[in-house]
Amino acid sequence: MDKFLSIENAGMTFHTKRGKFEALRNVDLAIAKGEFVSLIGHSGCGKSTLLNMIAGLLNATDGVILCNNREVKGAGPDRAVVFQNHSLLPWLTCFDNVYLAVERVFGVSDSQGRQAESKAQMKARTSAALALVGLTAAEAKYPNEISGGMKQRVGIARALAMEPAVLLMDEPFGALDALTRARLQDELMVILQKTGSTVVMVTHDVDEAVLLSDRIAMMTNGPSATIGQIVSVGLDRPRDRLALATDARYIECRRLVLEFLYQKQLRPAA
Amino acid sequence: MKALLLKHAEMNAVRELALPTRSASSASEPRLAAVPAPATPTPWQRTSPVLLKILEVVGPPLLGILLFIGVWALISASGDRLPSPAKTWDAAVKIFSDPFYQKGPNDQGIGWNILASLQRVGIGFGMAALIGIPLGFLIGRVQFLNAMFSPIISLLRPVSPLAWLPIGLLVFKAANPAAIWVIFISSIWPMIINTAVGVSRVPQDYLNVARVLNLSPWKVTMKILLPATLPYILTGVRLSIGVAWLVIVAAEMLTGGVGIGFWVWDEWNNLNVEHILIAIFVVGIVGLLLEQALILIAKRVTHDHPV
Repeated sequence: MDKFLSIENAGMTFHTKRGKFEALRNVDLAIAKGEFVSLIGHSGCGKSTLLNMIAGLLNATDGVILCNNREVKGAGPDRAVVFQNHSLLPWLTCFDNVYLAVERVFGVSDSQGRQAESKAQMKARTSAALALVGLTAAEAKYPNEISGGMKQRVGIARALAMEPAVLLMDEPFGALDALTRARLQDELMVILQKTGSTVVMVTHDVDEAVLLSDRIAMMTNGPSATIGQIVSVGLDRPRDRLALATDARYIECRRLVLEFLYQKQLRPAA
Repeated sequence: MKALLLKHAEMNAVRELALPTRSASSASEPRLAAVPAPATPTPWQRTSPVLLKILEVVGPPLLGILLFIGVWALISASGDRLPSPAKTWDAAVKIFSDPFYQKGPNDQGIGWNILASLQRVGIGFGMAALIGIPLGFLIGRVQFLNAMFSPIISLLRPVSPLAWLPIGLLVFKAANPAAIWVIFISSIWPMIINTAVGVSRVPQDYLNVARVLNLSPWKVTMKILLPATLPYILTGVRLSIGVAWLVIVAAEMLTGGVGIGFWVWDEWNNLNVEHILIAIFVVGIVGLLLEQALILIAKRVTHDHPV
């Protein structure tokens, strides 16, 4: 397996007022190009910390993270993030929110000799990204004028429009109601089928993890959390949530994850 | 100390006037609409609910104004020092019938006096905004500058505005720039502080977006920091213009020339108390209009209510 994204012996220690706090230790994970990997674990286990380290929003205090054979140092548009709370800029329309990202990536010529695109080309990209998530009609609207599900879709469009090497999603559907979440999960699968993106997603939803992922990395409880076990889902794509409900492999994966979370890593009563 | 008392007295005057006058402006229209009501024979109980609603809205403020004028009339009737509301009204009508006359440098219409004061406030406040807002931006953004300027700001901010006047006179050797200097130095603090607080409170989420997109400092400022901070800046501007208008009267009393503050002092020397009362109302109303105008602007540019 080629290592497109590689986390090698990574650790994260925070220096707090009450002394050192080791959130993550000896995290190893290799992700292939086009693979969808979920990070799952109890809240507070450091899965979001790990995602932020891949994004470059946090710098690993131990080990290295390599993306496309280059060490991750600081954030960059090659690792786009879909934030849990969408993080759209409320003073820009949906179109302008996406355009801001497009302009940053495609408005300048890069080191690999790609020319800067014209405004018309970038506008076309922006429209295409919004069309991909089905929001052409809401282009001119402000984020506070659309629903939570639509905001999250704009967030996904913004990330995808940047054509990132890796798409990082931090509980992207966590704040949505169950029906909206299911619809967006289905849409995401269709979109990723087209784009072939490499994805790392943080979630605490077992069904979501099994439905969307190629592999599920299950994290032990913190402090000094690490990846305890990895489940390879191995279900064929495209996946259909209704058919999977009775699929033996699906049920087996679900059982493995639940067993890990609720037997091996049962949280002490909070 | 004297200046401080003066400032407080003015502040109270503005506050007390602010409430009734604001309601009066909103009351004028519905009141006209209510006029035909007594003419119709319908009994009070069967008055339309709309009319009752209007009365509910304009009634209390109207009562407040009437009470205010009543107390004023009572005080003026019990002694012969304070002119009665009617006498003041007559004087006001006379003054405002010719607001732009000019009879030499010390005898000009009230319109010129108001404009002269507004001009000083405009220049002083404008310069304070030009310096204060960018400075606040830097202080909010750069921790080093914050630590560097914080003690100076904490030290100078509570200084009474008129304490700066001698410095102005010393440096500029003229009354007018000195008055502008006082406006500048006393209205700059709310803009620095509010802008700095606004910049430091930009949500981390937005800054994370900036980091992921790896935006240039210019883009971060124009697309994220400035829009996110704008409501704070406007609050600072509103507070500043309030302070500036508060201070101008006191400053002009001391510096002389043309201006509403000087006019008050001049009328005091003439023992024309009606005019002083009129000036108080004028200062209150102009201050109120300035504030309302800024609230209006703030509402238009705030991103919570896209136009």
